[in-house]
Amino acid sequence: MKKTIIALALLALPGLSLAAGGEGYPLEKAPIDLHDKASLQKGAKLYVNYCMGCHSLEYQRYNRLARDIGLTDEQVQQNLIFTGAKVGDLMKNAMPKADAKIWFGVTPPDLTVISRSRGVDYLYTYLQTFYLDPTRPFGVNNAAFPNAGMPHVLWELQGMQKAVYEVHKDHDGNEAKVLKGFELVQPGSMSPPEFKEAMADLTNFLTYVGEPIQLERQKIGVWVLLFLALLTVVFYLLKKEYWKDVH
Amino acid sequence: MANTQGTTGLLGWIDERFPLTKMMREHLTEYYAPKNFNFWYFFGSLALLVLVNQILTGIWLTMSYKPSAADAFASVEYIMRDVDWGWLIRYMHSTGASAFFVVVYLHMFRALIYGSYKKPRELIWIFGVVIFVALMAEAFMGYLLPWGQMSYWGAQVIVNLFSAIPVVGPDLSVWIRGDFVVSDATLNRFFSLHVIAVPLVLVGLVVAHILALHEVGSNNPDGIEIKKGPKGNRWDPKAPADGIPFHPYYTVKDLVGVGVFLLFFSFVIFFAPEMGGYFLEHPNFDPADPMKTPPHIAPVWYFTPFYAILRAVPSFAGTQVWGVLAMGAAIVMLFFLPWLDRSPVKSIRYRGFLFKLVLAAFIISFLILGYLGALPTTPARTSLAQVCSVIYFAFFFVLPILPWFEKTKPVPERVTSK
Repeated sequence: MKKTIIALALLALPGLSLAAGGEGYPLEKAPIDLHDKASLQKGAKLYVNYCMGCHSLEYQRYNRLARDIGLTDEQVQQNLIFTGAKVGDLMKNAMPKADAKIWFGVTPPDLTVISRSRGVDYLYTYLQTFYLDPTRPFGVNNAAFPNAGMPHVLWELQGMQKAVYEVHKDHDGNEAKVLKGFELVQPGSMSPPEFKEAMADLTNFLTYVGEPIQLERQKIGVWVLLFLALLTVVFYLLKKEYWKDVH
Repeated sequence: MANTQGTTGLLGWIDERFPLTKMMREHLTEYYAPKNFNFWYFFGSLALLVLVNQILTGIWLTMSYKPSAADAFASVEYIMRDVDWGWLIRYMHSTGASAFFVVVYLHMFRALIYGSYKKPRELIWIFGVVIFVALMAEAFMGYLLPWGQMSYWGAQVIVNLFSAIPVVGPDLSVWIRGDFVVSDATLNRFFSLHVIAVPLVLVGLVVAHILALHEVGSNNPDGIEIKKGPKGNRWDPKAPADGIPFHPYYTVKDLVGVGVFLLFFSFVIFFAPEMGGYFLEHPNFDPADPMKTPPHIAPVWYFTPFYAILRAVPSFAGTQVWGVLAMGAAIVMLFFLPWLDRSPVKSIRYRGFLFKLVLAAFIISFLILGYLGALPTTPARTSLAQVCSVIYFAFFFVLPILPWFEKTKPVPERVTSK
């Protein structure tokens, strides 16, 4: 019987290890730390300054953000709200969706839960891999999201980089250009390490916004599991006591 | 006065008017279950627990959810963020959906290995398979409600299956959707079916399933009819000697199963609610967009074996209907199991090597199909899915002839405790 259970468990394993799509530019692991309030605050600042004009966070409330990342309502009101929004409002923006579609070809999506749909590593990589490409409408392309419709809004910070390709030959002698990395051609206001850290903060912030409850959920979860473990022991002893006379 | 239970006071007053004590006795304290239930017998009570969980959390979700194409996605995020404990209720419901299929699949596997579907339990099995079908309908319609990309396109794919049916297909799929594409009308009717119609059917079927079980009595890992064995135990001289009262013996034993189950269940809820994209698929965090088809549409894990069968069947004579028929047949075959399995021996413990081999092939092919159904197709994967589909169906055709070749072991007179 035990052998059957183990065999079934082993059979189920491959089903749990579904590999993510292998093609495309390799994603860089994002250094997420939701306990790092300073990082979340820096990420929030970057977001409202550079992203929110186009990308709303329309399921997130300002005051929830304040509470969770260690700011007061006043601090949020003074530093993060640029519209007439009240601190209890949802983080919407002023851009009309219909106009945006004409300007960019696609309405810039709301990013509240983007970290849950695309994954944090994707966001971290996407933010860092804009490169010069004169064939695109805004003069830039992106390695993580080829032919992205978005301009490189952070170019002031990062500067501009160009793609470095490596030529691969396959068995039939066909040559293929593979994106290898980037080379900074015009420096920005941040040094490359500073920019990398800033993008880590921004990714961290979006990870928090994707599911504000996640830290608390895990904290509660520990207690729930401890309680259930204890309860299960009690149930087991109860069962043993009742079953003493069953032979 | 109809009180034959010998009760007095308030209970006596009730018993004169309603069979409260009578039912308690028939279904709990004087329902004699075989004393040798093992691990596999936890999943029936656990399925009941998950059903209650789904109904209760569902009621509370319904208080804040908005079944409209314009508001549905936002209302789910509202539940996740602004409703007190809404995140917990939502995760209990979404994890509960997957947990339901986990316990039901294990419950069905138990029936397969111990021959629980055989005479005199054919109706229990049939009610059970109907419950399984209703559960699939329930899960499918519930999955549309968050109105994410997978909700939308999953529903689009499945409803389109009906349009493969000759002649009436296209009209039928429009009738199901209430529109030419999945839309607000579809969402609203799926909501109605998900929160009231199918749950009503499910609860009714579960009652029938348990009533039928208590009428004939439970099977056990030895596949012996304890009612046909010697009579007389400590509680009743006429009760089966190998039976023990369900309450308190199996109620306290099932509580242990409940505790262990809740440990796993809570681990997922609190530490991995998306379960790596299997319980909550990542693309479902993008709001439904009828203009943008996702590159890869995968059903949730519990549908993948059947989805793999659907995709494995090539189109033939200019129609795709064969895949749909095969997928339907994969479920319909289950209904006939009590009559296809002709061996007089119930339990796998006393069946021959051949049965074990055939059953193992069936289970393994089902699991592989489940694995393949979650992946995009490649020619190699389609071939593997075809092989596994053939094995899946072969199981049902091999079963009737198996007794001619199978060497079974002698079944003991009394239950054993292994």
